[in-house]
Formats: sequence, structure tokens, C-alpha cells
Amino acid sequence: MTIGLSHYLTVAAILFTLGIFGIFLNRKNVIVILMSVELMLLAVNLNLVAFSAFHHDLVGQIFALIVLTVAAAEAAIGLAIIVVYFRNRGTIDVAEIDLLKG
Amino acid sequence: MTLSTLFFYLFAGMCVASAFMVIAVKNPVHAVLFLILAFFNAAGLFVLLGAEFLAMILVVVYVGAVLVLFLFVVMMLDVDFAVLRAGFLKYLPVGATIGILLLVELILILVAWVTAPEITAQAPTPPVSQMSNTMALGQILYTKYVYLFEGAGLILLVAMIGAIVLTLHHKRDVKRQSVARQVERTRERAVEVVEVETGRGIS
Repeated sequence: MTIGLSHYLTVAAILFTLGIFGIFLNRKNVIVILMSVELMLLAVNLNLVAFSAFHHDLVGQIFALIVLTVAAAEAAIGLAIIVVYFRNRGTIDVAEIDLLKG
Repeated sequence: MTLSTLFFYLFAGMCVASAFMVIAVKNPVHAVLFLILAFFNAAGLFVLLGAEFLAMILVVVYVGAVLVLFLFVVMMLDVDFAVLRAGFLKYLPVGATIGILLLVELILILVAWVTAPEITAQAPTPPVSQMSNTMALGQILYTKYVYLFEGAGLILLVAMIGAIVLTLHHKRDVKRQSVARQVERTRERAVEVVEVETGRGIS
């Protein structure tokens, strides 16, 4: 039995679902929510690389590289916001982040 | 069962299991460590797919920088994570329902899709015997997709500046060295010669 494209896509689908599941489960903890977003981005990258490998097209890997860049930027900014918020309010509970009264 | 099949199942199983542990463990430090394990296994999957450069980038940049940053922040913040975990079981049913629905949808897509036959590769992968993955990637990244590459660099620059601006703060009551004031200081402004009469002092 050879490993085909569907195998990789299934792994990516499971990873993506686990990411969404994580956001629902840990909806009070911003850090775990950020980690779940990272998991979802990893799943997307796995999809891109799998398609790139099975269609012999390198553009998928370029796209994955750009997604990695954006994910790194997002993590850095997100963590900076969390640190600043914690410094000002002393908590990172999502339910209490309501200063903007949105 | 070939070796690559075996390794696929090993990496995929470990990746999914550690991803599950990321969202399930109590201690966020453990969650970050499991996330690192998940990324390592994903890098293994990338190697199996022939994307060695991305696999190494994932390990070096992602695990080495981003996830260590996560670890750093989790350890630095003095948060009672038990409080944040309250309501974990309350959200379990709705989360599980939505998750399973999404998974079923995604897998339904997986079994029923075809590639359009007229599709052609934008940048065909050269055979491995001719050129390594890193070289092939570089040859199109720096030519055809150079604007994307520079845009990515710009995004990283903005993120870096943003993170520094957000977290840098000066405390008001700490005395600091002001180089400009030291340099512009002249003898006239710093020293005053006073004739003091004996026994009077300076009032």
C-alpha cells in the first residue's frame, strides 16, 4: 500500500480540526488559542506541501514559505500584545478583555 | 510495507497525537512542548514529501524561534492557568460537535475530488538527480517570486518593529543616561566661579 495524496490530506484535515477543537475547548486562555492557530497553519502548510509534491509543482512550497513567514509574524505580534495586556491588567482571561466594549 | 510507509504512519500518528495533547493538557508549558513535538513530526512528513528545505526551516526557524518564544511568554507570565481552564468541560460538547462535523466534511471532500486535467505546473519540480530541493526553490524564489519574497521580508520587518514598540516601555522614575545632554554640556554652563568673602559663604 503506497502513501498517496489523500493520506497527507487526511492528516492535515485532522490537524486542522484539532486546532478548531482547541479554540473551543480553551476559549479562556489566549496562549492556547494562539497555539491552536499555529496548529491550523501547520495543517495548511502540510496541505500545500503535499499538493506541491504530488503535482510536481514548486509553487506550493513557495506559498508554504510565505505562510510560515506570516505565521511567525502573527505569533510575535500576538505574544507581544499578550505581554503588554498582562502588564496592564494582570490577567489574560479572554472573557475579561473587554476594555474596548465591542 | 515499505520503510517510507512505516515512517509516514509513525510521523502522522505522532503528529496527530501530540496535536491532541496540545489542546488537552492542563499545563501550558507541556502544551508548548507537545506543539514542538508536533512540529518536529510535521517536519518529518515534509522530508517524506521531498521538501527538505521547508522541513529544515520548520525545525530551525519555527521550533527554534517561534515556539521558544511561546515557551518564554508562558513561563514569564505569572498566570493562574487553573482559573483559565474553568469551563473546559462545559465547552467540550459543542466543540466536539463542531470539530467532528468539520472533520467529516473535510474527509467527504477528500474522497470525492479530482484534479482538473488541463492544469499545468507553474514551476515544475526538477528531478532530484539534477537539482536539490533547496537549489530548485531558490532558483524560482529569487527570480519569479522575488516580489513575494521581499513582501515576506517587509512583513517580518513590520512585525519586528511592532513587537518592539508594543513591549518597550520606559519607567518614569528611573534615572537614565542622556548622551545628547552630556555631549552638549559646555564649561560655561557646568562650572561657575564665585568669589566668596571670608566668613560669609554663599547664600
